[in-house]
Amino acid sequence: MKRDALSPANWTPRTWAMAVGLAILALLPGYVELTGATFYLDLASRLMILGIAAVSLNLILGHGGMISFGHAAYLGIGAYSVGIPAYYEIHNGFIQIPIAVACSALFALITGAICLRTKGVYFIMITMAFTQMVFFAFVSIEEYGGDDGLVIEMRSEFAGLFDIEDATRLYYFIFASLLATLYLVHRITRSRFGMVIEGARGNERRMHAIGYDTYRYRLVCYVIAGAICGFAGALLGNFTNFISPEMMDWTASGELIFMVVLGGTGTLFGPILGAAAFVLLEEWLSAITIYWHFLFGALLILVVLFWRGGLYGLVDWIGRAAWRKRS
Amino acid sequence: MAQALLTVEDLYKSFGGVTATDHVDLQVIPGEIHAVIGPNGAGKTTLVAQLSGELRPEAGRVTFDGRVITNLPAHARARLGIARSFQITSLMLDMTARDNVALAVQAHAGHSFRFWADARRDRDLADTALVGLEEVGLADRADQTARIMSHGEHRLLEIAMALATKPRLLLLDEPMAGMGVEEAQRMIGFLAGLKGDKSMLLVEHDMDAVFALADRITVLVNGQVIASGAPDDIRRDEAVRRAYLGDEMVDASGSAD
Ligand SMILES: Nc1ncnc2c1ncn2[C@@H]1O[C@H](COP(=O)(O)OP(=O)(O)OP(=O)(O)O)[C@@H](O)[C@H]1O
Ligand SMILES: [Mg+2]
Repeated sequence: MKRDALSPANWTPRTWAMAVGLAILALLPGYVELTGATFYLDLASRLMILGIAAVSLNLILGHGGMISFGHAAYLGIGAYSVGIPAYYEIHNGFIQIPIAVACSALFALITGAICLRTKGVYFIMITMAFTQMVFFAFVSIEEYGGDDGLVIEMRSEFAGLFDIEDATRLYYFIFASLLATLYLVHRITRSRFGMVIEGARGNERRMHAIGYDTYRYRLVCYVIAGAICGFAGALLGNFTNFISPEMMDWTASGELIFMVVLGGTGTLFGPILGAAAFVLLEEWLSAITIYWHFLFGALLILVVLFWRGGLYGLVDWIGRAAWRKRS
Repeated sequence: MAQALLTVEDLYKSFGGVTATDHVDLQVIPGEIHAVIGPNGAGKTTLVAQLSGELRPEAGRVTFDGRVITNLPAHARARLGIARSFQITSLMLDMTARDNVALAVQAHAGHSFRFWADARRDRDLADTALVGLEEVGLADRADQTARIMSHGEHRLLEIAMALATKPRLLLLDEPMAGMGVEEAQRMIGFLAGLKGDKSMLLVEHDMDAVFALADRITVLVNGQVIASGAPDDIRRDEAVRRAYLGDEMVDASGSAD
């Protein structure tokens, strides 16, 4: 029975979508090697980094019902955790990445402890406010470039064991990170902890009545999501070789929400599809028209109005329809 | 009198101008079903909310098993062994019946900071949840999403969840609300089966149910206790007749004995 579920013959359309998506990402460097279209490597690297960030946001937004409008703060904190040590010529990733994760977790713990005492629109506003504070803090620190940002001269190297200076190697490093993130979040959402987070989204009052201090569970979830996104931020700093406060602009937080909602809230792979759609549309639409943000908005409205399940839900629906036709 | 499991002393709560709980005293003895009755707006739900910890009283004291719990939050009281059902169904509607009950089982099984193992494959949770569903007759609906279940099934699921936390005191706020006659009869039978095993504070409008189940009845009107005692005494009480039961009700239940 367990083995059956793992055999491709019994995969659901969603599993297929994920498998195909990941296979494309895995094979892309080979294609780029053959065609020399390095541009796609860049695109996919960015897509995966934003995908990791969106997956982490989905953990609190989709699974936990905590609509954070400040998640980009962690992208910034993570990126600066690479950039600032690099500025002092500390390039060791074994130092930079733990700093990124720890600082993000700490920021999530402190701000989450306050934010999670509020609900609804207050929660949205206060998460946004905290991120704006970080934004302006980094704008005001001249040493690290202020709002001009700072170039990272050298990517993280891992104590001489390996480095990610080469674009393909960086790509695979990001790809492995993506797989690890998906697996981690998959486990967490199905665990006892995940059930409590899901339950607290569904009915917090009932969860209290059966004995859960939902605040504590939510706070831990908030910290986990922040830590993962901080890690994504460290990848982003390495990828762009550049850090600036703009990474945590409120529009960046909004874009992460866009990816989650477009891809499918509360699903494992949905946010990756959402990130892919975002990055690809941004690329293509911005080449066609300067009003591409408008088209984004229209797309989001359509999804929210007519397809709550997002792209991942759409895949499911198409898959099932095709299946019915066949049998 | 046996040592009380729950003691409520001089409890007071008001909402703006409305006094919802007016210096209420009340006790629940281990093993008894203590019914609380009263007209709409008498303050029954408000009382339950203060006992379960959802609302804080402005004055007074609540003691559970010798421990003052007046200022404990709801989740801490649940962990001490106080479970409740809601007058208006309150479930995780997007989860299956089994997951709803499994969460209650899990709550009773210690902390849930376990991040790795698949909770739905945890036999301890799933099997216990299924037993709980069986008890209320919902075993065949285990994998149904709560949202699509009927009102009567929701009421049963409420009870199954409350029981799954292995409580010592059940606070039931109109468990039969909105049920059909047959369903209500089943629920009465089920609660009767728990009698002696679980202590209960039962808020109920259905007088047949109250007189069939209760060992003691407290009558609440405008937040005040106007009478408290054995069912027979309550039935005969002049003030209760005037305020609440009405003559036909007394006649109906009178002719029953
Ligand atoms: N949150 C609230 N804010 C303001 N007033 C409230 C609130 N909750 C209850 N009340 C008022 O307190 C009084 C008692 O209400 P409560 O719901 O406890 O009555 P009840 O006995 O449970 O009634 P019912 O039989 O209709 O369930 C009512 O007058 C009600 O309007
Ligand atoms: Mg009520």
